Amino acid sequence: MHIDWAALGQVAVVSIGVAVAVVVIFSFGILALSHRDTDIDRGNTATVALTGALLCFTACAATVVYGIYLIVPQLHH
Amino acid sequence: MAHISVLVIVVIITALAFDFTNGFHDTANAMATSIATGALRPKVAVLISGVLNLVGAFLSTKVAQTISSGIVNDRLATPAIIFAGLVGAILWNLLTWLFGLPSSSSHALFGGLIGAMWVGAGINGIHFDQVISKILLPAIASPLIAGVAATIATYLAYRITHRANQEPVTSGFRHGQTVSASLVSLAHGTNDAQKTMGVITLTLIAAGALAAGSAPPYWVIATAGLAIGLGTYIGGWRIIRTMGNRLTDIAPPQGFAAESSSTAVILSSANLGFALSTTHVVAGSVLGSGLGHRLAQVRWSVAGQMALAWLLTLPAAAAVGAVAAAVATRGTAGVVLIGLATIAAAVALYAISRREPVTAGNVNDIRPVVEAFSTAT
Repeated sequence: MHIDWAALGQVAVVSIGVAVAVVVIFSFGILALSHRDTDIDRGNTATVALTGALLCFTACAATVVYGIYLIVPQLHH
Repeated sequence: MAHISVLVIVVIITALAFDFTNGFHDTANAMATSIATGALRPKVAVLISGVLNLVGAFLSTKVAQTISSGIVNDRLATPAIIFAGLVGAILWNLLTWLFGLPSSSSHALFGGLIGAMWVGAGINGIHFDQVISKILLPAIASPLIAGVAATIATYLAYRITHRANQEPVTSGFRHGQTVSASLVSLAHGTNDAQKTMGVITLTLIAAGALAAGSAPPYWVIATAGLAIGLGTYIGGWRIIRTMGNRLTDIAPPQGFAAESSSTAVILSSANLGFALSTTHVVAGSVLGSGLGHRLAQVRWSVAGQMALAWLLTLPAAAAVGAVAAAVATRGTAGVVLIGLATIAAAVALYAISRREPVTAGNVNDIRPVVEAFSTAT
């Protein structure tokens, strides 16, 4: 019987890594959005916070697009 | 398709019935946490999930050409054996649904086929080494990996956002959850509908209606996709309640962390060729999202019931499949007898479920299903 421990380890590392990374980046995006609201309330400019939020959400969107790419076999044949 | 016998038609209908139970059993996997956190209204959630399952069925037919990823010897399978295996899987799926237990539909199908094969074609028809490396190992590893990912992700999500204004945080995570839940539904459609396509295609090959090694005909893809999509839309509310509300209390950050972890595990393992059960992955993630926030919130008794159902799924479906095969392989009368018995059992289980119905309306009311069930009987 053959168990591919290396592949199993790879699944573990990749999935934990990707899941944690996406959630962390998304959380920072939300944090930045919330800072933006506070900045605007105080009459400050919120360009930095907004840019940060957009960067984070773009990274998450890219991961989603890659996810769809993996799901749909027609895209990677 | 000159000579399709009545038996083949019966097998096809039974396979579609299994596909339907597969759909409503697994709606919870994608949508339970979104429904629990209010990210999606229950009816909207099952509609999205149903449509994406249908779409997914059309996208991929790669694994549809093997009935069970080499777990049983497909060449020895006769229509009667396949029929008996499906009966085992359907009955176990209905029973676990009645108790609101999220068990793996894949394990039910494999179990049913193993049992039916054992009785119908002998022990040589089963590849036990494959059973261990393709069923047992992923069943233990995948919920653990998903659980660890969700625990860390949940902890960090709260850590990062806890000082921020909570209103935008909650709504932000809700939006994120909708996307990750949709990905799970799509991935589910590309995987699970294929099992039924595989069963139908192999039956047609066994009956001589298709050449060996044929891809599933278009009508098979369409009917299998419709059956699983419809099943998903009907919604296994009893199971959704367990997964979304009874295992642990889920807030939007936890829901998002759990869905993201499930998606990551499902996609990375599919990409590396591991067949795993979405049910196990999602349950692991939900549990992890509970652990990552507040340890005490996880209801270990519910988790225990669920783990027990997982352990029992394969042997129980195998036992039903074996009994069904013993009768069904004796000829047309045997098949008819098993068919009628299955319909009777399904109607009975449905009738019992009506005593304490769980619907889109009360899916978020928390009351233990088993307790509610015993007061009702």
